Amino acid sequence: MTAILSPARPSDALPPLARPAVPPAGHAPGAVPDPAVKADIRNVRFFYKKFEAIKNISLPLYDRRVTAFIGPSGCGKSTLLRMLNRIYTLYPEQRAEGEILIDGRNALAADYDINLLRAKVGMVFQKPTPFPMSIYDNIAFGIRLYEKPPAAELDVRVEEALQRAALWNEVKDKLRQSGLGLSGGQQQRLCIARAIALRPEILLLDEPASALDPISTSKIEDLIHELRSDYCIAIVTHNMQQAARTADYTAFMYLGELVEYDETATIFTKPGKKQTEDYVTGRFG
Amino acid sequence: MPMQHTAKTFDEELKRLQSLIARMGGLAEQQLADAIQAVADRDTERASATVRGDQKVDDLEREVDDLVVHIMALRQPVAVDLRAILSALKISADLERVADYAANVAKRAIALNQLAPVRPVHAIPRMGQVVKEMIKDVLDAYVNGDVPRAVRVWSRDEELDEMYSSLFRELLTYMMEDARNITASTHLLFIAKNIERIGDHATNIAETIYFLVEGRPLREARPKHDETSFTVVKPAGAGR
Repeated sequence: MTAILSPARPSDALPPLARPAVPPAGHAPGAVPDPAVKADIRNVRFFYKKFEAIKNISLPLYDRRVTAFIGPSGCGKSTLLRMLNRIYTLYPEQRAEGEILIDGRNALAADYDINLLRAKVGMVFQKPTPFPMSIYDNIAFGIRLYEKPPAAELDVRVEEALQRAALWNEVKDKLRQSGLGLSGGQQQRLCIARAIALRPEILLLDEPASALDPISTSKIEDLIHELRSDYCIAIVTHNMQQAARTADYTAFMYLGELVEYDETATIFTKPGKKQTEDYVTGRFG
Repeated sequence: MPMQHTAKTFDEELKRLQSLIARMGGLAEQQLADAIQAVADRDTERASATVRGDQKVDDLEREVDDLVVHIMALRQPVAVDLRAILSALKISADLERVADYAANVAKRAIALNQLAPVRPVHAIPRMGQVVKEMIKDVLDAYVNGDVPRAVRVWSRDEELDEMYSSLFRELLTYMMEDARNITASTHLLFIAKNIERIGDHATNIAETIYFLVEGRPLREARPKHDETSFTVVKPAGAGR
């Protein structure tokens, strides 16, 4: 009886990386007819000391599209995300090879100004990380690092970021209260607001909803959908349904390799590789 | 042998779904065979038993529906699992219709047995044989995930359509010859139509199997040879 679940898969013979020829129109057909490649990841490798955590991966991240990275723990998906803003340089004995071309310039090159890169590439982590200061200052802090806007303009920027992060209505009357007093879901949206206050071009979300309750999770997913129209978004998630719901493209990684990258609908309906199918259907390991 | 799900109960649910479809298929196949046999043998008792037997297939269809809803709600299936579940749902609907048509053939057999036999009845077992083979083959194709076999069933519907068209003409002529034949001939015509429809459901199932295994629909246009919708037979000597 089970034979029917193991149809022949001629597509297993395909090369490891088949880029979709035409990017999907996405959730709002016609809005952005032809997305450009925002970050072109080319032959990157990553090493923790001698351990090769990322093995020669290439894929594009499209502007105004969401790309999800899925795979079992330790597959390298978070590591790949961390390469995009070079956050790994905080740690000794970690090094990267290859190129990540952001608007044509290699962000991994030593001469790429790291502060500029971090302003361009915002990141939000699994656990909300608000600073121990007021809600207002959580947002204003980053802006003040890069610019010295007059107070009135700063107010506008803070409001704008909180609006975009769908948090404004909940906090507008308590901007001077501590960010730590917010709920987990609110704290995470505060972190997203903090990231977008710097007007980045790429947003990296590393398990942004895995510590949140279902309602907060839905809010974050809605927010991703909203932000998609302005940013290039990369999200790492253990929740495959979340990848299916939020992403235009999905990359499945395993043991440091990119097994399959395709439009999300394809990955979750008719993946090209058996390994991907085993993972998305919960047959792994 | 496919890899097992991490959640073993999910595997068990999928197996149960497949075995429900297999049981439904077996029952529908038997109902069809009995109905045709009842026509051929003028066997009212067998026909009545077949009419009553339809309930079992309906019950199984409800069981499939319930299980599909349960799996969808609890497992959020994707990829091959999603196709397996959608396919089971579609195939069970087709099998339920097959059994319905078989029951209708049996009902008409009971009516026919109260009338004098008419000659064209000999065509029914022949059509029945083809459609029984189609159903059997398509069920085997389902159980084994055998696409070439499913596609053969799919193309075979043409043969059935041709038999039906030819019987249609024969019956019209027969009715024109003698108005006393009309009642029996009309029942026969509906019986033949029912069998022809069962063939269509067999091709539906074949298409579903193709989708299940290949992950894309079978898009080619199927050759159609049922021309009865356009057929006109004029009585000899009629004007114009």
